[in-house]
Amino acid sequence: MTTEEIIQPQNKVYSRPRLLDERDTHYCPGCSHGVVHKIIAELLDEMGLENKTVGVAPVGCAVFAYNYIDVDWVEAAHGRAPAVATAASRLNPQNLVFTYQGDGDLAAIGTAETIHAANRGENIAMIFINNGIYGMTGGQMAPTTLLGMKTATTPYGRTAELNGYPLPISNILATLDGTCYVTRQAVHTPAAVRKTKAAIKKAFENALAKRGTSVVEVVSTCNSGWKLSPAKSNEWMVEHMFEKYPLGDLKTPSEEPKN
Amino acid sequence: MKGNEAIAHAAIRYGVDGYFGYPITPQSEVLETLAELKPWETTGMVVLQAESEVAAINMVYGGAATGKAVMTSSSSPGVSLKQEGISYIAASELPALIVNVMRGGPGLGTIQPSQADYFQAVKGGGHGDYHLIVLAPATVQEMTDFVALGFDLAFKYRNPAMILADGVVGQMMEKVVLPPQRPRRTEEELRAQCPWAACGKGDRKNRNVITSLELDSARMEENNHRFQATYKLIEQNEVRYQTYYADDADYLIVAFGSVARICLKAIEEAREAGIKVGMLRPITLWPFPKTQIAELAKSVRGILTVELNAGQMVEDVRLAAPTTPVYHFGRMGGIVPNPGEVLQALKEHFPELA
Repeated sequence: MTTEEIIQPQNKVYSRPRLLDERDTHYCPGCSHGVVHKIIAELLDEMGLENKTVGVAPVGCAVFAYNYIDVDWVEAAHGRAPAVATAASRLNPQNLVFTYQGDGDLAAIGTAETIHAANRGENIAMIFINNGIYGMTGGQMAPTTLLGMKTATTPYGRTAELNGYPLPISNILATLDGTCYVTRQAVHTPAAVRKTKAAIKKAFENALAKRGTSVVEVVSTCNSGWKLSPAKSNEWMVEHMFEKYPLGDLKTPSEEPKN
Repeated sequence: MKGNEAIAHAAIRYGVDGYFGYPITPQSEVLETLAELKPWETTGMVVLQAESEVAAINMVYGGAATGKAVMTSSSSPGVSLKQEGISYIAASELPALIVNVMRGGPGLGTIQPSQADYFQAVKGGGHGDYHLIVLAPATVQEMTDFVALGFDLAFKYRNPAMILADGVVGQMMEKVVLPPQRPRRTEEELRAQCPWAACGKGDRKNRNVITSLELDSARMEENNHRFQATYKLIEQNEVRYQTYYADDADYLIVAFGSVARICLKAIEEAREAGIKVGMLRPITLWPFPKTQIAELAKSVRGILTVELNAGQMVEDVRLAAPTTPVYHFGRMGGIVPNPGEVLQALKEHFPELA
């Protein structure tokens, strides 16, 4: 069989998602954002949501998410994405509205907006990238930074005495009556990517079916911030991050139906 | 009805799509009245009590980004919290209405009336170079009418507008004529009026992105030039003011909001005593009626600004009338002057009247 014979449409097993723009991203090689962007772009296409979706971008590395995924976007102030999404969703109930936020955005400066949007059971999906560090501003401590972890603002390692404890925000969100689905996933292996895709799909379905707030935490790597190679980052994540942030569902719709 | 209640009624009748607020005295009646009227059952208007003023203004940002007519109301400390969102709304060139029923400050201050947020409202307020269209109502009728005016101007220029009321106008009860009920815009009307709105692509080929971010300095400067061009246009077209006894006046008072009504009483008393005093009441505090003040300044001996603050608008009056003696009389801490005090202040600053 020649190369020409192999390169045929019917043999194609993988391609760039239609809704992911053909351009280079600003993300570092090995960063989890690219994979999660791809999943979202695939799902929006597969679910036929291209023309009725509004994404809300955060402040942080994903601030430019609107440059890559071909749906309407609103770029929120730091931490305010859930408030922005609240109004976008309530005023346009026919649309899918999702937020895409990092740990600093969702669990530090935007904690109040996150908790109250989830507590009101806003019919939105929150995609939460947790890599335990501030990537965009150059590797400072995040609310989810592990104890002992070195960052630009904890150069000797995070200590509980000085900085408090890593914040398991998804566990808190799972206790709220307004959330219908809270899950923690990762994208470090093909199997994990498939699971994350299924989780985000479920979150989008919940939002469209008005079941309340869904939260998909994706425990992620930041090889630049962590100062490790992409492969080493994945190993470090499995060894350390998963201990504090174990993967799995924290709340599923069947367990606790929304009042 | 009260000025605050009038705002709520006017919002429903204008066909506003959403109100997002947080309770704070002396404007809580806006949200309370809306909650009581349940417009979501009639016009479909969304009314939501947010967890904070910060969340409320960001809900306004989110709603405005989708092309909806959305508003919030608050009072001074709450409006300080909203400044982040207001700056984003201005930078994203979105229409929205913000109501500030001012109370005395700084800090937690007092719940009594004030006009001490003049600088914050007309000079920007939040970070960056921007302007709000600022309307100053003096009556409950104007509280009503300025909801429609504020939204019309906000949509015309894609720029946030603010009703800068003082606690007196918010709490005062007067008769009002409410406008007829307008239907809310349909989805099709919204898409036609706001082709920029991020409301889902629909039939559009390209996506709409609402953002204030531009890391390319040259393009960011271009954005700034575009904002400034809009402000210039607003300054040319939208100055609003009212004059009283100004034609033959030897002395001019400049005052806005409820204070202008007290000054009018003082002017009538002065005229009875043979002192020819007139008044200019700015209705738009930004754009400021500087040309009109400059014109009137040519024929008067002096100008007194009367404000519920330590002297804020007086600076803009001095800029407009640099060769005319301009003085300020103000009360603070929630105290409102009576007409006699205004007259007394006029005589103190212009000894020839004593």
